[in-house]
Amino acid sequence: MSLSSLQLCLLFSSALFCLGLMAALSRSNTILVLLGVELMLNAANVNFIAFWRYGPNPEAATGVVFVLFAIAVAAAEAAVGLALVIAIYRHQKNIRLQEATRLKG
Amino acid sequence: MSLSVQLLWLIPALPLLAAVVGTLAPRGEFKLSASTAIAALTLSFLLSCGALITALADPSAHLTSNFTWFDLGHGAVRLGWLLDPLTALMCVMVTFVGLLIFVFSTGYMRDDANAKQFFCFLSLFAAAMLGLIIANSLLLLFVCWELVGLASYLLIGFWFHKPEAAAAAKKAFITTRIGDLGLLLGLLWLYDSTGTLLLYDEGQGVLDPVVLAGLGGSTAIGLLIFCGAVGKSGQFPLHVWLPDAMEGPTPVSALIHAATMVAAGVFLMARVFPLLTPDALIVIAFTGAITALLGALIACAQSDLKRILAFSTVSQLGYMMLAIGVGSWVAAIFHLLTHAFFKALLFLGAGSVIHAAHHEQDIRALGGLRGPMKTTFVTFAIGMMALAGVPFLFSGFWSKEAVLHAAHGWGFSQIPFYAGLVAVVLTAFYMTRLVAEVFFGHPRGNGAAHAHENTAAMTLPLGLLAACTILLGAIGTPWWPWLQRTLDPEFLSEPGGAGLMATSIVLVALGLGAGWALYGRKLRQKSAAADPLAVIAPRAFAFLAARMKFDKLYAATFGRLSDTLAACADALDRHVWDGVVRLLARLGRFTGLVNREADEEGLNAGFDATSESIRATAKAYSRAHTGDAHGYLLMIAFGFVVLVFAVLVGGGR
Repeated sequence: MSLSSLQLCLLFSSALFCLGLMAALSRSNTILVLLGVELMLNAANVNFIAFWRYGPNPEAATGVVFVLFAIAVAAAEAAVGLALVIAIYRHQKNIRLQEATRLKG
Repeated sequence: MSLSVQLLWLIPALPLLAAVVGTLAPRGEFKLSASTAIAALTLSFLLSCGALITALADPSAHLTSNFTWFDLGHGAVRLGWLLDPLTALMCVMVTFVGLLIFVFSTGYMRDDANAKQFFCFLSLFAAAMLGLIIANSLLLLFVCWELVGLASYLLIGFWFHKPEAAAAAKKAFITTRIGDLGLLLGLLWLYDSTGTLLLYDEGQGVLDPVVLAGLGGSTAIGLLIFCGAVGKSGQFPLHVWLPDAMEGPTPVSALIHAATMVAAGVFLMARVFPLLTPDALIVIAFTGAITALLGALIACAQSDLKRILAFSTVSQLGYMMLAIGVGSWVAAIFHLLTHAFFKALLFLGAGSVIHAAHHEQDIRALGGLRGPMKTTFVTFAIGMMALAGVPFLFSGFWSKEAVLHAAHGWGFSQIPFYAGLVAVVLTAFYMTRLVAEVFFGHPRGNGAAHAHENTAAMTLPLGLLAACTILLGAIGTPWWPWLQRTLDPEFLSEPGGAGLMATSIVLVALGLGAGWALYGRKLRQKSAAADPLAVIAPRAFAFLAARMKFDKLYAATFGRLSDTLAACADALDRHVWDGVVRLLARLGRFTGLVNREADEEGLNAGFDATSESIRATAKAYSRAHTGDAHGYLLMIAFGFVVLVFAVLVGGGR
């Protein structure tokens, strides 16, 4: 059983996604949870690139453009996330996600 | 100067204007109100003289000026003015007597706080009375008739702070209203039969021969119209209001309740005389005879100065009605005119006495006024002799002669004639009594003791009226019946009344002599002393002094009936209608209660349950919102896995 390049890429991205999910679910440090989320996002980006590169029309730069947009949005999201973390810290003097339950309706 | 019939409306319009000015004038503007009223009436008097000149140019003509007031479905309501000698003479009389009384009032009412209002009412009265006289439409006449009644009500009740005055005003208004109801019915009936209420309308009016002939037996109409005259002219049995009307100020008594307004009934009957059938005339003649006798009898036993004159007015009005009834409306108008002057004179004389004697009206407490009040005494004596019918010099004698002459010539019955003769004796008797008690002897009260003659504003009208009282007789003597010929061109003077005249002179002498024998020879010494007549026949005197107990009779019958009806209506209202209303109210409450229950238990319960369940659901959802970010993420991951499995199992679609 030999794997094609696309399959290898997909396996890699799946592994990356699972790592990110595990990190997001298991860590209690909010910054580390955010890191996990970033990992999952980048797993999706790898998928974009792979499908573009091995897809039927690699000449048009659609996948790259999409990923560039996703990275830009992720950067903005990281900024917002870190700002929230700082706000939580000011509020409860730590950044344990389990304790930040005040926002429930 | 003559006045065309088209401008006849100016005569009542001027006093009406004065009344408006009087109303709008500020309170206490006595001078403005009085001078406007007098100026307006003076102008009206001059215009009336002009109208008289126009009318005398052709005495037999009935000049009219008609116009349409408003259109009704199939016809139009038309009003108009009428100018003939009757109208013109009445206008001159009313404006002249009215003017003198206005002038007298400036003296009499000077100290009254509401004098401004008084002149306003007087002007209103004059306007209404003149409107009544010039009306060519019975509708317009009726409107003015009621206005006259209103003015009379206002003036009788002028001193409304006195309970007697307020009651008298009410009594006068209600009593005359009973008669007016008959008049109104008569007019409606007449309108139904002829389709018009115009008196003369180029052959189409109710008094034009063609329409009269088409009307046929109109006894009922005539009698209904007579009802109005009975009320207004104080005929038996509705005479009770007139003596009570003396509660008003004395000039009012003179103007309204002696000279002019009460004559309106006689004037009306003379006006519609062609409408009256022989049957109706019989009723009128007997009513007049009863009234003449009744008034004279009661006047003999009264002790209030004005009330004696009031009953004398009732009696004289009876004479006039008697004359109408026996077919001589000309004699009635002659007596009306002369009576207006000498009765106004007598009332103003009485007013002069009352004013001088500090409002003392009881003749027993007066006396001895001959000395201090010479002008009043002389003029009053002239009026008294005219009323009593002292021969030749005084107008009252001639007009009374004319009435008696007509009654004597009546073919149906001689009873009214004899009633008239008895009334002649009584009239001479009670007037002698009045003069003897008031002016002779010595003063028996404080008021009389300090009396002195009044100002010229009051004595001048007296003098003028006295002159007229004497002169007016000249126009209607049997030798020169100018007035009769002017009023009725077909009037035939029948000579040969010498025997009758001699009889009546003897009767007058008898009355005067009896009066002097009882009251003049032995003058009253104390005000509390018994009346000589009461000594002779105490029970009859008491009966007459109580005004033949008519008031008591009416109170016991009509008054009681009215009270009973009122009590019934009250009970009906309280128990029956009130019960129905209460029942309805209770029903309404009950309906409301049912409505509320249905609302709360039915409709609202549904909404309440729905919102409760929504709230429970929302609570359940909010419990799922733990706020634990890990929990959310886990759920997302779990959901993702489930989704992946679904896609795999479902074959990727």
